[in-house]
Amino acid sequence: MTDTLTPVLTANWGDDKAWKLSNYERRGGYKALRKALEMQPADLVTWVKDANLRGRGGAGFPTGMKWSFLPKDNPNPVYLVVNADESEPGTCKDIPLMMASPHTLVEGVIISAFACNSHHAFIYCRGEVLHVIRRLQQAVREAYSAGYAGKNILGTGYDLEITVHAGAGAYICGEETALLDSLEGRRGQPRLRPPFPAVAGLYASPTVINNVESIASVPGIIANGKDWFAGMGTEKSKGHGIFSLSGHVKTPGQFEAPLGITLRELIDLGGGMREGHELKFFTPGGSSTPILTAEHLDVPLDFEGMAEAGSMLGTRALQIFDETTSVVRTTLRWVEFYKHESCGKCTPCREGTWWLVQTLRNFEAGKASPGDIEKLLDVSDNIGGKSFCALADGAVAAVTSAVKFFRDEFEAGCTTPAWELFPYEKSALFADSELGAHA
Amino acid sequence: MSGHEFQSHFENSGSIDMDDTSTNIDETTMDELRQLAARYPQKRSALLPMLHLVQSVDGRVSPAGIQACADVLEISTAQVSGVATFYTMYKRRPAGKHHVGVCTTALCAVMGGDILLDRVQAKLGIGENETTPDGKISLERLECNAACDFAPVMMVNWEFMDHMTPAKADELLDKLLNDEEVHSTRGARITSWREAERVLAGFPDGLADEGPTAGDSSLVGLRIAQQRGWKAPTAEQAPVEQAGSEQASSGEETK
Repeated sequence: MTDTLTPVLTANWGDDKAWKLSNYERRGGYKALRKALEMQPADLVTWVKDANLRGRGGAGFPTGMKWSFLPKDNPNPVYLVVNADESEPGTCKDIPLMMASPHTLVEGVIISAFACNSHHAFIYCRGEVLHVIRRLQQAVREAYSAGYAGKNILGTGYDLEITVHAGAGAYICGEETALLDSLEGRRGQPRLRPPFPAVAGLYASPTVINNVESIASVPGIIANGKDWFAGMGTEKSKGHGIFSLSGHVKTPGQFEAPLGITLRELIDLGGGMREGHELKFFTPGGSSTPILTAEHLDVPLDFEGMAEAGSMLGTRALQIFDETTSVVRTTLRWVEFYKHESCGKCTPCREGTWWLVQTLRNFEAGKASPGDIEKLLDVSDNIGGKSFCALADGAVAAVTSAVKFFRDEFEAGCTTPAWELFPYEKSALFADSELGAHA
Repeated sequence: MSGHEFQSHFENSGSIDMDDTSTNIDETTMDELRQLAARYPQKRSALLPMLHLVQSVDGRVSPAGIQACADVLEISTAQVSGVATFYTMYKRRPAGKHHVGVCTTALCAVMGGDILLDRVQAKLGIGENETTPDGKISLERLECNAACDFAPVMMVNWEFMDHMTPAKADELLDKLLNDEEVHSTRGARITSWREAERVLAGFPDGLADEGPTAGDSSLVGLRIAQQRGWKAPTAEQAPVEQAGSEQASSGEETK
């Protein structure tokens, strides 16, 4: 029986200066790289495939299979791109990982690039996290100095350049094809697929794009074995994952556990809900995953469990809201986010999110008209699945799941402002005494 | 001036200010821009870092900076402007010495971010995307900054200020306004927005070793696992060599 929590990626986060190469090596760091460099790249791809590592960036696509889609006969160079543009509301696991232990990612990058026959890897990190970028830059420099990156890595003849690249503020660049356009120095707007990046990605060359946590999981899989990894988790959702608990719990934080842990267990580990309050609703994996309620507390947090419950595992970003929270308010704020972050390329998304915001503002102000709920659903129906990427689908998920579980609050929005039904200051985490000066 | 005019309120605030042609870009800057371009297989990939560098030199995306990027990359100024106006981190008007952000995406907003933003605006006498008349602080309403377990969150020059309260926000702003030393709750000592932009461009400032390994919230699960003796399985359970199985338990006791 596996323990409830299984720190692997988070195991060294409590160490003093865990970000330094010497401290990472002291814990066995870069041993997996030495082992990998003695294997054939194709065997490494099979190894990761057999471990059943599924992408940790939200979609859950098998990582090894993604690698195996690289064409064998394409004369162009292969690129490995790490998606470190963590921006999905609620998602906050890659940032602490890169800050605490950037070498876990860098070692994963080198192994993965070797497996994919790539000689240039990019870590595309969102720009709004200065200290994370500092530590990434330093870790890559240390890796070069130690002979883990650059020319003739550890005397094997394998060459790899690693470039840390800072974004400039655009959620859409977490979408893999928008990220590629951005990395090419353009506006970050999604591309039409096919062709998929494996065939025509960065500079129209074969490209693998993986999330930070996916790549960071690779060294452990190589070092400890594919069966070790597949020994954790549930039938189709294998391995360890970082679960991010935020919101109205006593002790929010990061919890690394086998896939399939339940929210009841996680909230219990987080000390329970804040004193005197109860769970109202939550997102299982960021704001793009439909909200769920207390009736889903015991559903396994794995890809299948969340799909059966009508949501998605996403990035395991569990945003917890208690009974003081207005669903209309949170839905509006999420949709405002999607409106703000829409790249403007596809009309249903650009115009549709704008219309959703206008309608939701009326609900928040208690000024919605009878029939506006149907209007929300109708507009959602005209947006969902009708754009190049899934950004607008996230807005639709927020709206339709909120109406599904809390229709009465939207009905109340025809007569009463949300801030009267749910006084906003009661939801704030700081004490009432701190609110005195708030006009 | 009453001292409360909004310095960066322009009628045409959506576009880059092309009237102010002042610039600090010199040959050193041009050399650095060319260095950035040389780091990539195709030089246009350097445009985002180059625009960060332009901001570190000119305090905003300046017309001269746009021209410099276009010259180095051999693309048109319209292509550069098109990119510069797409991304929120590029400022079309001068940002303050310190750039303060308050996260108001759903979770932070509900946890107190809305109250914090009101408070900060009232204290500074400026609104979103505006700069104090003395040029010390510019303010931005942020979308999710990936620190939800530390909510509500503020940022200063893209360094984390975690678990904020109105009182902590007041103290933070007072210190910034008085040029006192400020530290991120899990980062380095605060430098300036321009210095931060230089790091983002790809020129390190040597502060990577400041601050803790992780913030308190990041460690909640790990601490519980350590207290209860919970660990990931060892490699022995797999039919391959034992490697890294000691990883989870060494280190921690040695510090």
